[in-house]
Amino acid sequence: MSSYIPNPQAVQQDMLRFIGLSDISGLYSGIPDALRRAPPSLPDGMGELEVRRVVSGMAARNTIFPSVLRGAGAYRHYIPAVVKAVASKETFLTAYTPYQAEVSQGVLQAIFEYQTGVCALTGMDVSNASAYDGASAAAEAAAMCRDRKRSRTLIASTVNPRTIAAVAAYSRAAGTPLTILPAEKGLLDLDALRRAVGPDVASVIVQSPNYYGLIEDWRASADICHGAGVKLIAACNPIALALYKTPGERGADVAVGEGQPLGMPLSFGGPYLGFMACAKGLTRQMPGRIVGETLDADGRRCYVLTLQAREQHIRREKASSSVCSNEALCALTASAYMAAMGPHGMRQAAEQCHAKARYAADALAEAGFALRYASPFFHEFLTECPADPDALMSRLEGEGILGGLPTDGGILWCVTEMNERGEIDRAAAICGEVRRHG
Amino acid sequence: MVDGLDRMGVPLVFERSVPGARTAMLPPLDVPEALPDDALLRAEPLPLPELAEGEVSRHYSALERRAFGVNNGFYPLGSCTMKYNPKLNEEMAALPGFTDIHPLQPVHTIQGCLAVMSRLDAILREITGMDAVSLQPAAGAHGEFAGVMMIKAYHERGGDGASRAKMIVPDSAHGTNPASAAMNGYTVVTIPSGADGCVDIAALRQAVGPDTAGLMLTNPNTLGLFDPNVAEITRIVHGAGGLCYYDGANLNAIMGITRPGDMGFDVAHLNLHKTFSTPHGGGGPGGAALCCKAFLSGYLPKPMVADSDGALSLDDDRPLSVGKVGAFYGNFLVCVRALCYLLSLGGDGVALAASNAVLNANYLMRKLASPDDIAYWDGDSPRARAHEFVLSMKKMKSETGVSALDLAKGLLDKGIHPPTMYFPLIVDEALMFEPTETESRATLDAAAEAFLDMVRQARDDPESLRAAPRSTPVRRPDEVRAARNPILRYQG
Repeated sequence: MSSYIPNPQAVQQDMLRFIGLSDISGLYSGIPDALRRAPPSLPDGMGELEVRRVVSGMAARNTIFPSVLRGAGAYRHYIPAVVKAVASKETFLTAYTPYQAEVSQGVLQAIFEYQTGVCALTGMDVSNASAYDGASAAAEAAAMCRDRKRSRTLIASTVNPRTIAAVAAYSRAAGTPLTILPAEKGLLDLDALRRAVGPDVASVIVQSPNYYGLIEDWRASADICHGAGVKLIAACNPIALALYKTPGERGADVAVGEGQPLGMPLSFGGPYLGFMACAKGLTRQMPGRIVGETLDADGRRCYVLTLQAREQHIRREKASSSVCSNEALCALTASAYMAAMGPHGMRQAAEQCHAKARYAADALAEAGFALRYASPFFHEFLTECPADPDALMSRLEGEGILGGLPTDGGILWCVTEMNERGEIDRAAAICGEVRRHG
Repeated sequence: MVDGLDRMGVPLVFERSVPGARTAMLPPLDVPEALPDDALLRAEPLPLPELAEGEVSRHYSALERRAFGVNNGFYPLGSCTMKYNPKLNEEMAALPGFTDIHPLQPVHTIQGCLAVMSRLDAILREITGMDAVSLQPAAGAHGEFAGVMMIKAYHERGGDGASRAKMIVPDSAHGTNPASAAMNGYTVVTIPSGADGCVDIAALRQAVGPDTAGLMLTNPNTLGLFDPNVAEITRIVHGAGGLCYYDGANLNAIMGITRPGDMGFDVAHLNLHKTFSTPHGGGGPGGAALCCKAFLSGYLPKPMVADSDGALSLDDDRPLSVGKVGAFYGNFLVCVRALCYLLSLGGDGVALAASNAVLNANYLMRKLASPDDIAYWDGDSPRARAHEFVLSMKKMKSETGVSALDLAKGLLDKGIHPPTMYFPLIVDEALMFEPTETESRATLDAAAEAFLDMVRQARDDPESLRAAPRSTPVRRPDEVRAARNPILRYQG
């Protein structure tokens, strides 16, 4: 058994004597007897080798798919080796929130660089230091756009359903109304948006590429919103932003998204990274940590946590959010990813995602799995499923392929730079076979 | 703390950019090229730095030298439980069998992940005396937010959601408590602490009523005191129809010794990154376990892990649930680390870790007991503390002009991370120390000596402390300037 306690029992006894106690139970004299209990009935502690065996055994019970054609909010991309090396550096890993700026310049500068990177991707003015994940970032963005007069949030039904669920939960908690806007051919119905932007509406959330992979028209949404005093929250994919028009270019007020594609492995859903950026005028509504540049006592450039008057430890119940610990190491990972890939590498990854997804869509169409929607898509697309989806998925699984996600009566496929032509061809061939022969 | 080289400053990664520099990461495209329509493309190329891999690597090594983690030295940051982060846990969290698993894989292909969650969940139930656990919240405050959502949903279902509009929070609470209550639309009622630093029972009785939704309490509290009246406190709140929320930030003091469930709490969150040794990453990712009694289990965030004769699955069909507070199942890799830790400790080890955390705190407190300048807010012969203690530097400040902040900055020159400053808010010139159980007596002795040295220095040479730190890469950044004229990104 290890408790990672460096003081052997004899030393503990000496220390107890020093504080005037004879045995360790005296430390708990403040706890009423009725509340004290024997140690928890848990198995005995294990040595390191045994823990390694048990936990490795658990990992071995999962299936690693050599070929992944599934996204739907979690994406497999190439992670450069240097990114992993940076993210596992011991000091970054074991530091707390950088409250003491003098000894935390490394962490603070890394977050400042991350904020700069997020602004570069989104085309927005100001980024925070991170939110928990993409779904909760969207919910926080909806909260930051509300005021006394405008409390309603609108959200396109084409947003990832998990994001919609989180926004709904946060809205219910706050007691503010939420309206889900209908779609037309896989895209937000702009006429419905036009009808919905009433005087109580604070913001609308539009995701692009949306849940079906399609490119939404943020510009048209922004024009409708801004004419009615409503803010546009653009939910985005950070890899797509290397290629497509940015929320900033399209007139969004806030940009949010799931930062996992920026160097984080799939990890069964977490830790991931919520990124949040906004137009300058909304800075003081932004939740969470923000790092700013300043000068030290000797006039040297340095970095600090700033604009803290927004935050819970100062403002308590009047804070813009309760968020305290966020996803700093994931932000650092994302920043290292952006530096390692560079503008060229990220653009290349995005272009390959798009080209391979197009190729896969054609191959699947040929196999009888027709595209459901005609509009342009990035790296995900919805096809019909002219076969039993369970049978299809299990056939693909037998070949080491995690097929697209059965959804909306079709299949939502995702193709990234990780998928080679051969595996796409093989997946399409299996789809064709299952369609023909069941 | 750092060598002279690092006082020169590290250029921003953007300033290191050399146009044209790059490292090949991807093979050439193996399918026909296909670009989206021009009208959809971003106007400008991404304004990101261009660097060869070696430059990227060296940049972050330079930044790492300007940071301070648990392995760099003593880190007694109160309320943050900066214990050692075991290395095995990192290795286990990096197993491809965990990292390469898509969150939406078929259930028969994720039995190992679900087993991790289910096993951790069972251990935490035993430690807390609670009946059900969700691992979905990504951090402590996220757990609080979701826990208060559950309290709200419970009252709404009971029909008095609208009238029970108030959440009671002691003035010694972490700021996240009132903020999480407010995010749920509650009016926060702050009750003052009594002269003994614990909940003022009379004030609590006065505060509760038919409008009470609940109480949020940290126990041991932020002064490091276990509230001896906790059972009565939860009875009073329950008597008024409210629910009791346990902020588990300080569980490290009492795990394996006493349980929030037995104290009468209905909902609790535990910080996996504090109590269960997962690293804090410079501000996350953390992880929280949201625990509750059986009568509230239906309200937990969904999905929940379900066990049918050993076949594990994810149950999304939970009509009472407050829903999803995140996209998937929480910070799973953090849960892997916490499980490794708890398997290493076992039942006895959990209690031993807690009692040594308390021993170390009381030992350090006694070591600092000598000079007149250090005050315990409860007088000269203070009660035993739990895992942390708070000193007030008020007297020293009024007599020498040296503040708690100056002392904290002085500690930096001695290679020690300062304690938490100016918290809890109810103590003037507060310094809050939490040594944790993974520090040796020698470390505590050296830290005490360093601190007492500075206290003497405050008398003899106050100016020198007001000018501290001297050896750090930067000195006393101008925070007012940062907030007045915010520069929040590199602008070339």
